[in-house]
Amino acid sequence: MTMVKNKPICRAIDITKTYWRGKVSVEALRGVSLEIRNNDYVSIMGASGSGKSTLIHILSCLDTPTSGEYYLEDKLVSNYTDQELARIRNTFFGFVFQSFSLLPRLTGIDNVALPLIYAGIRKQDRAARAREILEKIGLGDRASHRPNEMSGGECQRVAIGRALINNPRVIFADEPTGNLDSKTGAEIMEIFDQLVDEGNTIVMVTHDPNVAAHAKKKIKLRDGLIEND
Amino acid sequence: MTSIFGKIALSLQTFKNHRLRSFLTTLGIIIGVTTVIAILSLIEGLNRTVSEQVQALGSDLIYVQKFTWISTGHRDLDKLAERPDLLPEDAEAIGKLASIEIAVPTASRQLTTLKHRDKEVSNVSIVGSDENYSYVNNYLVESGRDFTRDDITHRRSSGIIGSYIAANLFPDESPVGKDLMVEGHRVRVIGVFKEKGQFLGNSLDDFILIPNTVFEKFFPRSRASIFDRVYGGYSVAVKPKSSNMETAVDDIRELMRRRHGLGFDREDDFELNTQQMLMDLYQNITRVGFIAIVAIAAISLVVGGIGIMNIMLVSVAERTREIGIRKAVGASNQYILSQFLIESIILALIGGIIGIVLGMLLAALISTISPLKAAVAFWMILLGFGFSAAVGIFFGIYPARRAAGLNPIEALRYE
Ligand SMILES: Nc1ncnc2c1ncn2[C@@H]1O[C@H](COP(=O)(O)OP(=O)(O)OP(=O)(O)O)[C@@H](O)[C@H]1O
Ligand SMILES: [Mg+2]
Repeated sequence: MTMVKNKPICRAIDITKTYWRGKVSVEALRGVSLEIRNNDYVSIMGASGSGKSTLIHILSCLDTPTSGEYYLEDKLVSNYTDQELARIRNTFFGFVFQSFSLLPRLTGIDNVALPLIYAGIRKQDRAARAREILEKIGLGDRASHRPNEMSGGECQRVAIGRALINNPRVIFADEPTGNLDSKTGAEIMEIFDQLVDEGNTIVMVTHDPNVAAHAKKKIKLRDGLIEND
Repeated sequence: MTSIFGKIALSLQTFKNHRLRSFLTTLGIIIGVTTVIAILSLIEGLNRTVSEQVQALGSDLIYVQKFTWISTGHRDLDKLAERPDLLPEDAEAIGKLASIEIAVPTASRQLTTLKHRDKEVSNVSIVGSDENYSYVNNYLVESGRDFTRDDITHRRSSGIIGSYIAANLFPDESPVGKDLMVEGHRVRVIGVFKEKGQFLGNSLDDFILIPNTVFEKFFPRSRASIFDRVYGGYSVAVKPKSSNMETAVDDIRELMRRRHGLGFDREDDFELNTQQMLMDLYQNITRVGFIAIVAIAAISLVVGGIGIMNIMLVSVAERTREIGIRKAVGASNQYILSQFLIESIILALIGGIIGIVLGMLLAALISTISPLKAAVAFWMILLGFGFSAAVGIFFGIYPARRAAGLNPIEALRYE
């Protein structure tokens, strides 16, 4: 147990990310190094444009760095194939977006079950597992509705359910409460706290100091660099 | 395996959401496949009719004549007119060849009129031949009797009439034993042929058969016009043994060259015509039609394919966000690729199936309202399926690759 806890799941070394708009370049990240260990509860804060989303996208393998090394359990991510990266996004990580990013034509339960399709799980097992997760995060009775028939809080619960469905090693969240009122936001944070208590690992981006206060480890970004205080 | 059904189900769901658009997209393929199936089945129907008729006619005969049935380009009639006439003696000699069963000399006169009392029938023909004519040409004597050798050698003024003539001159009496007037000559009817129907639209029952010896007497060989010299006189109809055509053709050629005293450096002064030559000619003509079909098919399928590619690109653009979400939660590039590819294949196949059904209906319709007979063959249906699937793959691959190659983050940002 201690061994697992001490060994980092994710290890980023000197990560940079440069975006090109024609001939103009934006250095969104300018050399970020960090580690994420089992059961960490990390918040990333910083001004708008400081590179928070860029960082969390790279950490969750949704995007690739311009330079630097990124290891998942000692394996270099840049060596993975597209297929393997898809598998990592599917089962190794879960991601919660600020704008929920649910498929509008699918019901809540089908949205939650979506990653199971790509994990190759059979249809009957998918529904059962999705229902179980939704019960746990308190959305049992609304599960058969579509996103446009749900409140923001309910949508975000569906999104969290979707992130949890494959028991990921790390859950990433980019401003998970950004589109919610403070009361609903607080409910979402309760779920996060509970997940960490149960042994999950969470990395979240937020503007809100009250939200960041839930985290045990706080990272501040400024102009693409980690700010040490 | 489950994933393929999932992809198909998702595709069908997408089409249900865009019914009209999907239908319009497949229109090109529908039109293409409909035309091809309809025309192919008409050609197939025609092929079957023709080959049935040729079979009925006896396709294994060889005709020895001065002229060829299938001329390529200009016919030098003057040269043909100089060729020696074919004679009953030639027929006799050919009949004795080992590879030949029977040969009959045949002469004919077209567009003539026959009379019986106050009735007459015109535009019929007179054929002069011998007692083997009916066997060689697959005619059966239905009432009365066939010729015997004696009828020929004794020049009996007797005739066997086709069913068309019997029906017109003797509507309510038996023709056997009655007399006919054949261009001023009296001929006694001794038999009636069983009806044979048509060949390529021509009646096969509108002639009277008389002994060739009588024919020679009634209608002495005229050499007045160049046409008489080329097309008048006898031709020899030869029935080879066990339809070994090639040996028979070689044997006849060798014999005729010998009989005409042709040295090795001289060309044939006769032609060997077969019904197979007509079939070949016919098939060459339909092959041209076939190529035309392929061209129509290719054009309409390309048009249909571009339609599909266009709509798939629209679909990829519309669903960029969806693709981003799916990739973010674990869909691989390959999964997205095959999803969109399956969608375009199904789209094309739906068009193909509608086209096959419409094409078959169209062919059936043409069959009922016109004399053309259509025949749908199983291979045409497979062809329709195969072509539309190929179009779906070919024109679907580019949009599908575009979808698969999307960066999830950029796709998610897309509004
Ligand atoms: N696709 C892109 N193309 C060009 N520039 C980009 C792109 N994505 C981000 N950037 C730029 O990179 C920088 C960091 O962006 P990022 O989205 O990471 O910031 P952020 O900290 O998440 O900001 P916010 O709090 O507003 O979400 C910004 O200057 C942004 O304009
Ligand atoms: Mg951001």
